[in-house]
Amino acid sequence: MMCSLKYFLALVLVFLAFSGCAKGEVEMKDTFTRILETKTLRVGTDATYPLFETKDAGGNLVGFDIDLMNGLCEEMGVKAEFVVVPFDGIIPGLENEKYDAIISAMTITPKRGERVNFTQPYYLSGQSIAVREEEERIKGVEDLIGKKIGVQLATTGEMEAKKIEGAEVVSFDDILMAFTDLKNGNVDAVINDVPVSRKIISMKKGMKIVGPLLTNESYGIAVRKEDSKLLVAINKALESHKKKGKYEKLEEKWFGGGK
Amino acid sequence: MGEWFIKELKTLGEILVFLVPAIPMTIKITLMAFAFALALGLFVGLSRVSPNKIFSIPSRIYVDVIRGIPLLVQIFFIYFGLGKILNLNQFVAGVAAVSICYSAYLGEIVRSGIQAIHKGQFEAAFSLGMTPVQTMRHVILPQAFPIVLPSVSNEFIATLKDSSLVSMIGLRELTRAGREYYSQYFVTFETWFVVGLIYLGMTFVLSRLASWMERRFRVHGWGMG
Repeated sequence: MMCSLKYFLALVLVFLAFSGCAKGEVEMKDTFTRILETKTLRVGTDATYPLFETKDAGGNLVGFDIDLMNGLCEEMGVKAEFVVVPFDGIIPGLENEKYDAIISAMTITPKRGERVNFTQPYYLSGQSIAVREEEERIKGVEDLIGKKIGVQLATTGEMEAKKIEGAEVVSFDDILMAFTDLKNGNVDAVINDVPVSRKIISMKKGMKIVGPLLTNESYGIAVRKEDSKLLVAINKALESHKKKGKYEKLEEKWFGGGK
Repeated sequence: MGEWFIKELKTLGEILVFLVPAIPMTIKITLMAFAFALALGLFVGLSRVSPNKIFSIPSRIYVDVIRGIPLLVQIFFIYFGLGKILNLNQFVAGVAAVSICYSAYLGEIVRSGIQAIHKGQFEAAFSLGMTPVQTMRHVILPQAFPIVLPSVSNEFIATLKDSSLVSMIGLRELTRAGREYYSQYFVTFETWFVVGLIYLGMTFVLSRLASWMERRFRVHGWGMG
């Protein structure tokens, strides 16, 4: 037994040694220079969010964010190369340089702002409450006290749900799982970005949005703290994209009519 | 180095405090799922070696189907796929999926244990006038038990680790709690380090327990023991 314990402690020490290594790495090369040299901007996105980023039947990435990012990259004279990641790992992935920017319907929050830098807002949204069609008791956020609420892990919807007194929050990997669970009757409501909830309900049916929006939020594109050149370049591209009227066309394409 | 180390230890401590309340759920899933899997696995294993085709054929199909589908897919299927009809909550669906999956593996282990017993043992029991049920109960299974024990404890440890897959349907066990922590504070390395350490600690205890049981049930003058 004593021998086993020593063996266990030795394992722990090996882990700690690795921990030290991971901290020691330093990256010196300027990101923006590399992007211009390779003519590619790697962009992280969670392709499970209808309207903003999903995959079509052929497996191609589609959505407002995808079109916008491709447009912005065109302005900068580079090509966008998308990396698909789960949303809860999207900021760590940026920090570990798996990609150099994030576009994933990401709300600008102070907490996220501590880890990444955001561009100017590119879309305005808010959190909405979705319930089953036959639901009569839930009419607004005050009716959610003590209820079971489905959200997506690491989203602003999750943060809002956790503020509700006595509510049991169930966090899913992607938002469609939360809506499936709502329809199946396992959760009482889903809190999520309003345009996406609207889109999902129009596809899946049997659910509705109730009450006023919980928040006003704006989406931003995120880059690493140190990549200020890249941030300036994306902001410039966003501005000229809007000036040329391309942004409006995109908005019409993805949100026109149904809004 | 010193200051960094203290800060790092503090972070690890905070993560540990955050994760500890999620440990009972992991243990609960593991124990319940493994208990069901053992009972079901024993039945599946006995059916597999049964000369009666009514038992042997369905159990063979069961093992082939269940063993051929990833556990994660089974969890999704039971929870989301059958969710509408059966209205299972996350815990029930998770435990059911893990139980069913592991019963197939355990069934095969039980079968291998029974088949490892020499044919002469069956013949001797029968010649003494024992029924097939008595033969299994008093002659074969007691001898098969020490043979399968290492494989069974191996599956027990695997069940504990695979209980982490249940996190994918939103059940808050250890892995889920880890994801919650790092998605909030973005400290990936430290979070998964602590999560891994807790699993390692738990499997370590199980490994010791398994060794103890193997010594306890060793048959002298039998096999390698």
